[in-house]
Amino acid sequence: MSANPTPNPAQSRSSATQKPRSLFSADHRTIGRQYLLLALVAVAVGTVLSLLMRLHLTWPDRVLPFHGPILPEDYLALVTFHGTLMVFFVLTTAPQNGFGNLILPSQIGARGMAFPRLNCASFWLTTLSMMVLLSATFAPGGGPISGWTAYPPLSAVASAGPGQGMGMDLWLASLTLFSLATTMASVNTLTTVVRMRCDGMTWNRLPLTVWGWFTAALLSLLAFSVLLAALVLLFCDRHAGTSFFVPMGDVVNGVLQDAKHGSGNGSPLLWLHLFWFFGHPEVYIAILPGMGLTSMVLANFARRRIFNYNLMIATTLLIGFLGILVWGHHMFVAGLNPFAGTAFSISTMAIAIPSSAKVLSWLATIWRSRPEYRTAMLFALGFVSLFVTGGLTGPILAQPILDQYLHNTFFVVAHFHLIMAMAGAFGLFSATYYWFPQITATAARPGRLMSEGLGRVHFWGTILGAYATFLPMHITGLEGEPRHYAQLTGIPGQAGHLMAKPMLMQTHITYGAIFLVLAQIPFLVNLVWSFRNGRLAGENPWAATTMEWKPGLFLADLADETSPEETISVYRGPCDYRDGNNPATFHPQWVSESVAE
Amino acid sequence: MPGILTPTETERRPERRPQRRTDDPDHGDHGNGRRPPTDKRTGGGGDGDNWNDRPQGSRGPREKLKRYRLGVFFALAGDLMFFVAIVSAFFVSQASGRFDAYNNYINPWLPTAIPPVLWLNTAVLIISSVTAEIARRKMFHQFDVMEEWFGLGKPTSRRAMPWLAATAFLGLVFLAGQWLAWQQLNVQGVFMRSNVSSHFFFLITGVHGIHLVLGVGALVGALLSLRYSQQVENRQIIVDCSVWYWHSMGVFWIFLFALLAFFQ
Ligand code: HEM
Ligand SMILES: [Cu+2]
Repeated sequence: MSANPTPNPAQSRSSATQKPRSLFSADHRTIGRQYLLLALVAVAVGTVLSLLMRLHLTWPDRVLPFHGPILPEDYLALVTFHGTLMVFFVLTTAPQNGFGNLILPSQIGARGMAFPRLNCASFWLTTLSMMVLLSATFAPGGGPISGWTAYPPLSAVASAGPGQGMGMDLWLASLTLFSLATTMASVNTLTTVVRMRCDGMTWNRLPLTVWGWFTAALLSLLAFSVLLAALVLLFCDRHAGTSFFVPMGDVVNGVLQDAKHGSGNGSPLLWLHLFWFFGHPEVYIAILPGMGLTSMVLANFARRRIFNYNLMIATTLLIGFLGILVWGHHMFVAGLNPFAGTAFSISTMAIAIPSSAKVLSWLATIWRSRPEYRTAMLFALGFVSLFVTGGLTGPILAQPILDQYLHNTFFVVAHFHLIMAMAGAFGLFSATYYWFPQITATAARPGRLMSEGLGRVHFWGTILGAYATFLPMHITGLEGEPRHYAQLTGIPGQAGHLMAKPMLMQTHITYGAIFLVLAQIPFLVNLVWSFRNGRLAGENPWAATTMEWKPGLFLADLADETSPEETISVYRGPCDYRDGNNPATFHPQWVSESVAE
Repeated sequence: MPGILTPTETERRPERRPQRRTDDPDHGDHGNGRRPPTDKRTGGGGDGDNWNDRPQGSRGPREKLKRYRLGVFFALAGDLMFFVAIVSAFFVSQASGRFDAYNNYINPWLPTAIPPVLWLNTAVLIISSVTAEIARRKMFHQFDVMEEWFGLGKPTSRRAMPWLAATAFLGLVFLAGQWLAWQQLNVQGVFMRSNVSSHFFFLITGVHGIHLVLGVGALVGALLSLRYSQQVENRQIIVDCSVWYWHSMGVFWIFLFALLAFFQ
């Protein structure tokens, strides 16, 4: 290694002035941890809300302490907060910006993100956005009730329901801030990957995690810009008297809306197009980093090369690209032109091809290997399992004719909770167990590992709980249980008769959900306990090949002017575990050929 | 001088040089990243600086500039999507009608006649892009940059400042002109809420105006940095990035204007 005699003044200064521990630090690891903490708060709140929903669905007459009975509007506000928190503040924020900040620069051999200060600004904007969202609870009339998809006219007309006044405005403000923050963050990620790779880090030597983050950032950039435009239009409909989304002659709660919305000719369909143009890429933004991580973790613990590395890069990009073309599959029953429905159905099924290619590569990578079943590995396997289970219902929903029946039922809820919520969470869990040394290590203290024993309990509890909760929802959905309904008991007449059957399973699902939440206790205990007392990780505890485990790399980017700067170089692609049976021989990306031979 | 600035073509090809090391004294950049940040197209070194060969922070004088520029371009790509979304909504709304109670198909879109002052505004914006580009080039003028490098004052700033100030001024004129257009429409009784078409007219001019306000802010920031910042590299970056942003807003406007003027 050639030491660089003259440290670049600009660079050393920036790393020295950034106190890594300060609240407004521009240090990428600190920001990554801050994002993860934010996501942890969001997931905790979102989980409590989901439990309340389950309890209400099962025992609708129970009274909530300190609150009273859960009214229908309360239930819908719970749905909205739960969805918004989980989709945006957990599944978008944690994988992409949390682990992205923490790990991505090291994995490409960079000393930091391209724009550290912008990074800090994105984080605090995200935090502000979450605070604005949560403050909607206290709005007169309560929180917004139009769900995370905010379909008009419900979302466009303040009198459409309690919470659709101030509460909805706060929701809009929150998502506007979030879109801006996410766009800034993705600009940062993209520039970092394009410009900051180290010596020798060619595009096809990039770890698949980096490809996941990169593709997700590309999607974020495009998708959140469109969401922002949609939010602006919705804001105008609410406050500038326009009628982009409010049709002529629309009567809401007995009041004709024409006078308030110009002499317009709007259509809710326009919102659906704009929203889902954002919304479908968004679900891939949430899952692509997890897919990348799964590939890497499976290869690491199976000590195998990734099956067909270049194809995996291609499928990542292809999923990203196709993801932009399929938004109409959320609109089959919304009044879409039937021909458009067919086109969207075909593009949607096309996306199953690269997705299946990924699954095949995962399976081929671990096929007949004798993997080490560490917790990170278990969660990666869980990811594969959930991705398959949740994915299989995708092509079913992609049939317009079947979706006529299934749309807005719990079948859809089951689909996306398995594939997005649970697979996404498993990706995050795997990342947490795998990268815990990176989460805990600072210049002053060494990295630690999480407890494997508790991890195992956590894994088995979570996977059982996940399936116990979400598999039966397929059945209740097929039996006709609709989503976004506050109460399905005590309905008079034929509808009540229809609902009697799915109601039988409600108690089971709710117990499943409670079990699933309880299964997270070992995780929280593990986090807290291992943070102080976990086994010391040492250097490269998983015998991994990617750059974040390069000894000393981590100290190098905390270095001040006095420490010599070392050139960071990469000599090969990741996952070079040459002798599959002997875990001791493997070739990390940073070791040059001459040393390795 | 050129010998230092320009590593030969073969040297820059990583696959031909398996031993990519930077401690080779003949290898152009010595890793301190302190060569003069001029705009001379050398065909190597200065602009061919390749991440593949050199450690970060020593990829030549334009490394940081290129990073920021790329960031701005990514951000502008997102912004382009923002406008594309709005323009698509424009066309969708324009094409959609409904059936009234007597089963007649009605399309209530009434084209908004654009106030003629928009032509003037467009001209002003185009001129402002020209002044902006002149300012940007002044920042990279080789003699001036070299003088600064030798420590002889801040000639780049001195030369760029009037052009940049003119750009900001023209930007404000454009904004005032847009405001005037709004007033003229209001006098005619056309408001944002009047018709679907006027929704879009005010929306598009409005969001584009907000972008220009941000642009003027960036130009003012650039002017301040020309005045106060010592590092020529930083001044180049902020001028370069604001000007690229400004150009893009000009281009966006030309398309938006064409949309409003000819596609109503
Ligand atoms: C094999 C690939 C997939 C196909 C064919 C597919 C198909 C569909 C279809 C047709 C719907 C609409 C159902 C309806 O509303 O009636 C849907 C909903 C949904 N999908 Fe998928 N999907 C796939 C993969 C994924 C992935 C990978 C994710 C996320 C990681 C995901 C997340 C969602 C979500 C969140 C919804 C519901 C949105 C809502 O209405 O709130 N899907 N999917
Ligand atoms: Cu979708």
